[in-house]
Amino acid sequence: MRNRRSLFALPYVVWMALFVVAPIVLVVVYAFSSADGGFTLENFAHMGDYAVVFSRSFYLALIATLLCLLIGYPLAYVLARETAGVQRVAMMLIMLPMWMNFLLRTYSWMSILEDKGLLNRLFAAVGIIDLGNLINGGLNSLCAALNSGPLAWLNGELGTQLALFAKRSTDMTFFHMINTPGAVVLGMVYNYLPFMVLPIYSVIVKLDNSLLEAARDLGADTLRVFRKVVFPLSLSGVLSGITMVFVPSVSTFAISQLLGGKNQLLLGDLIETQFTGMAYNPYLGSAISLVMMVVVIVCMAVMNRFGEGEEQAVML
Amino acid sequence: MKKTLAFLLTLSMVLTLSLTGCSKKSGRVVNVCGWGENIDPDLITAFEKETGITVNYATAESNETMYALIKQGGADYDVIVPSDYMIAQMIAEDMLAELNFGNIPNFSLIDNQYKNLPYDPENKYSVPYTWGTLGIIYNSAIVEEEIDSWSVLFTDSGRYAGSIGMIGNPRDAIGAALLYLGYSVNTTDEAEIEEAYQLLSDAKSSGAYQGFFMDQLYDKMESGETAICTYYAGDFLSMYMNNSDLRFVVPKEGSNWFVDAMCVLKDAEHKEEAEAWINFLCKTESSLANMDFIWYASPNAEALEQYPAYYEEQNGEPLDPMLYKVMAAPADVLSRCEPYNALPSETQALYSDLWVQLGIE
Repeated sequence: MRNRRSLFALPYVVWMALFVVAPIVLVVVYAFSSADGGFTLENFAHMGDYAVVFSRSFYLALIATLLCLLIGYPLAYVLARETAGVQRVAMMLIMLPMWMNFLLRTYSWMSILEDKGLLNRLFAAVGIIDLGNLINGGLNSLCAALNSGPLAWLNGELGTQLALFAKRSTDMTFFHMINTPGAVVLGMVYNYLPFMVLPIYSVIVKLDNSLLEAARDLGADTLRVFRKVVFPLSLSGVLSGITMVFVPSVSTFAISQLLGGKNQLLLGDLIETQFTGMAYNPYLGSAISLVMMVVVIVCMAVMNRFGEGEEQAVML
Repeated sequence: MKKTLAFLLTLSMVLTLSLTGCSKKSGRVVNVCGWGENIDPDLITAFEKETGITVNYATAESNETMYALIKQGGADYDVIVPSDYMIAQMIAEDMLAELNFGNIPNFSLIDNQYKNLPYDPENKYSVPYTWGTLGIIYNSAIVEEEIDSWSVLFTDSGRYAGSIGMIGNPRDAIGAALLYLGYSVNTTDEAEIEEAYQLLSDAKSSGAYQGFFMDQLYDKMESGETAICTYYAGDFLSMYMNNSDLRFVVPKEGSNWFVDAMCVLKDAEHKEEAEAWINFLCKTESSLANMDFIWYASPNAEALEQYPAYYEEQNGEPLDPMLYKVMAAPADVLSRCEPYNALPSETQALYSDLWVQLGIE
């Protein structure tokens, strides 16, 4: 009986074997091969040189994931309590950008964030940039006043630091946003936010209302209901949301190239360079990919421990 | 290489191809891989009408991407259009087929100047398609002086800090620094390459560059977001059509001049069709139409000579001699330019490592 039923899973099993397992096996094989086909550990020998790239990528992806969680959870929570009509429209709006190509969307952000881009022109038009200059000017004179007035006695020790504070720019014509790590994080958050909202929403929307009523009957206030009932029960959604945002963020290369201007290499760029850069080196590329996969899996495993006893979070 | 901008274009290309592919059921096909925006699409239709051969036109982003794709066996192209140094590398790796020039009579129209070049000394594997120079593009509305030296990207970059867009590939970026230092772009001397890298790295850490861009430069230069960049002559002309404040200069220290040539892959399934396609593109009419669309100079001597007249006929106004000079660099400019050779694999690895290093800093 059981065997016959598992036949239904066959198409997906074949799919997985061909397009998930086989490529991973290839990556592993390549990672331990040299150009002439023999076994080697050479590809891993210089992994330490890339430590900065690893930490930078994980750091930016972590920030993006946290931001997605901070924005996405409240949104999913509020949405799940809305009427069916509102939910439908909101879901549409969340999914809508995904109908357009990911690269095009990221490309548009480039025009929005540039020094002479849309956002800066808007800021200039409504006077936000002037306001920025004004605030900076105010802070400058405040620092100067403090330095000569009540805090003059500090000048000996802290004078230099305070002097620095007094040197804010007052002639800005734009806010510099493009080609910075901040722009890269923004690109990640923008592109991957739906992947955080959707799993959390789908868990919360299915929460049995009687559980919440019971909690309230037993005297819990709103905050306590959330902390003791809703949040623990939505943890599985949170964990898969985190996975679905963190993993593509850590390995992205399109976002960092378009919004980061290739100034700061991320893991995805580093791997891509091995395949399409000057020196075609799929062996090193595979080795870096393998190390990245292992690090990601370890992170996920550690994180899933937090969710243990609740529901099993989706691994990868 | 040169031009990819077009994720959009690729998309539309794929769409048109799939549509034409459906309508025509002729058995003969040729699979072509070129750069984005590097052919007049009307030529594809004209060729299909003339020969009944269906063209599947794909695009690659760079020589290196295309090489990787073919090396991995992920592509069944017949005709590819790599640049000079990549052709040399592919010949050395036995990836290209010897052409049957009996099927390409129009090869005789190609200027002898572009035949038997060092990348294919006996001219057995390739037929030149376009040529051009690398140079500095700047916005004369923002930059007040006349730029004539690579120094503006390196030692003198402070004046334009934060408004320079450096080119996003190691060969051209390190190449520009080598030229500035007076070294050959084909040097294999590690010390010279390291010195060139140091120039780049210093300028980067001083905040001179906005970033390292390729086709994003179209938007950035046209809108004035970027004031100075390094890019290719043909692409400058495309940008100029949208912003006439832009200027192109081949710096006095010299530069790179390149040839992109059509080749047939060793295991091509449609070699005859491939040769028919190459022959078709060598025709003077094809070259003229192409030049008018992509702005890269043709190696067809007749076409290059006739182009200003052709432009006037098409557009109803004479071609600005300045633009023609950029497109078809005159002999005195070419004499200070050097083509790229294929670099030995150790030097390639050095470039690659330095490029990664630049991104880590």
